[in-house]
Amino acid sequence: MDAFIAQVLSGLVTGGIYASVALALVMIYQATHLVNFAQGELAMFCTYLAWTMLDAGFPYWAAFAATIALAFVCGVVIERVVIRPIGESSVLAVVVVFIGLLVIFNSLAGWIFTYTVKPFPSPFPAEPLFGNHYVSSHGIGAIGVTLVVLALLYAFFRFTSLGLAMRAAAQNPVSARLVGIRVGWTRALGWGLAAAVGSIAGMMVAPTVYLDPNMMAGILLYAFAAALVGGIDNPWGAVAGGFLVGVLENLLGAYVIGTELKLTVALVLIVGVLVIRPSGLFGRVTVKRV
Amino acid sequence: MAALPTDSATARRNQWLGLALVVLLAAVLPFFLSNYRVFQLTLVLAYAIVLLGLNMLTGYNGQISLGHGAFYAIGAYTAAILMDKFGVPYWLTLPAAAAVCLVAGFLFGLPALRLEGLYLALATFALGVALPQLLKYKHFEHWTGGVQGIVIIKPDAPFGLPVNADQWLYLFTLGVAALMFILGVNLLRGRIGRALVAIRDQPIAAEAMGVDISLYKALTFGVSAMYTGVGGALGAIAVQFVAPDSFTIFLSIAFLVGIVVGGLASVSGAIYGALFIQFVPNIADQISKAAPWAIYGVFLIACMFLMPGGIAQVVGGAWQRLRRKPGKSV
Repeated sequence: MDAFIAQVLSGLVTGGIYASVALALVMIYQATHLVNFAQGELAMFCTYLAWTMLDAGFPYWAAFAATIALAFVCGVVIERVVIRPIGESSVLAVVVVFIGLLVIFNSLAGWIFTYTVKPFPSPFPAEPLFGNHYVSSHGIGAIGVTLVVLALLYAFFRFTSLGLAMRAAAQNPVSARLVGIRVGWTRALGWGLAAAVGSIAGMMVAPTVYLDPNMMAGILLYAFAAALVGGIDNPWGAVAGGFLVGVLENLLGAYVIGTELKLTVALVLIVGVLVIRPSGLFGRVTVKRV
Repeated sequence: MAALPTDSATARRNQWLGLALVVLLAAVLPFFLSNYRVFQLTLVLAYAIVLLGLNMLTGYNGQISLGHGAFYAIGAYTAAILMDKFGVPYWLTLPAAAAVCLVAGFLFGLPALRLEGLYLALATFALGVALPQLLKYKHFEHWTGGVQGIVIIKPDAPFGLPVNADQWLYLFTLGVAALMFILGVNLLRGRIGRALVAIRDQPIAAEAMGVDISLYKALTFGVSAMYTGVGGALGAIAVQFVAPDSFTIFLSIAFLVGIVVGGLASVSGAIYGALFIQFVPNIADQISKAAPWAIYGVFLIACMFLMPGGIAQVVGGAWQRLRRKPGKSV
């Protein structure tokens, strides 16, 4: 039983990471109805930026804040320079551009920072909190950070006029433009926010998996699974899906199939959800007009 | 553009003549090059088959696959296991790899029918990321050789032909590639090809015209995987080695780069794309280990903005301009 609780809790910790990347995916999906394949690599690259600042002697939280700001700018610039001109020409063109971005960020990170694995510090104390022997304090901290981010995003979308404008632009761009919302900029803002959320996820995951250019591939896959399980248009669903997928992954890994097939679990989850219930557990069913 | 029937017949004959000339040139090429170059060209031909298959699916039919490295791997492993464990001759492994991949592609294509555009890309992306782990799985290790992979032996030329193993494999691959291309061109030029393009551009209208969308889509997936599997088997025989880590998601991305840079929905684009993904990394490697991928990424995005038809479009445009007689508008 003890081992079981430990597995569930460590599943929640990894689930928190999946949840934050899934949250970033949902942000972009809500703003543009696109699934960003480069999200993971963007987060990885931002984590390298954080590492550079820490290496130069910045205090942790200063580097943390600066990285989030840089990631935000990065996201806005990418949207303005690459995504906006391609517009809604065709799904294939958009996917190709995303894959191009993925490859560019991956190779840039390898080029600038080399492919050697680097340790990344955790802002949380090394000894477990409250004397528990299940979860490290970094794990608890990471979950806490995910929940804080979720709460902030919720508050932003629910209580600010900018958040309202963004929701309006995502739901009905034409009418939103008619009432004076600058739809193009709300999309760029969505990208910036997604990049910022992604960079937080990157900094939270790096202490456990170590920093290297390929660290996000598996995580991105699980984040896709999480976003789809929860419903890709629903931030709460994405976070719930993240925790669910994290726990499921850990329990299956510990008791059923072993750790070697973890990515296959994600594959089965993704295909399964898409085939059986494309809207996910909490998503809205959309009907397409012919 | 409206040409007289006699005109188009000559044009067609010229086309076939030109093609025969290219194949003849390609056939004498290995006798003037080092064995290493011949090996590289063998891989180009194998990639060209793969890219033609992927182009059928993604370029012509509009189903985005980011996981074709998986079918390449299945073809490669089929060939390697048959040769290593059962002593099957190398040429017999090709139909086997084709059959296995046809079935695998068709089966993956069935659930994929329900997925459109972005979601299909997602599902195939997951397939591409997950496959290396599956190949390493310890319960398959007896067959796949686990992390170590399988080493196979390069076949010698038959009938005492005066060519070395590399040259023979190149010629063999050239023959297979020519066959696959002729089959592919005939498939795409006719009724089926038109149906594929119709499904890509106007699925509802296509259905109203009596095209069985589900069947066509699943079959295209199967045929595309079959081409990829044949390419994979040839690639494995040329490299003489298969291991899980040669078939990561980046292989699938390289194939995507190949069809985008070579030319989407074009047959000749497969050859340009194959040359690109074989030789550009070789040149770029001298700058940095990461440079080939940076260049791939830049080319992917630049192609989408500047030349959506890829190299095939540029070459085709130049060819048209050269052929145009003065004073005659096309």
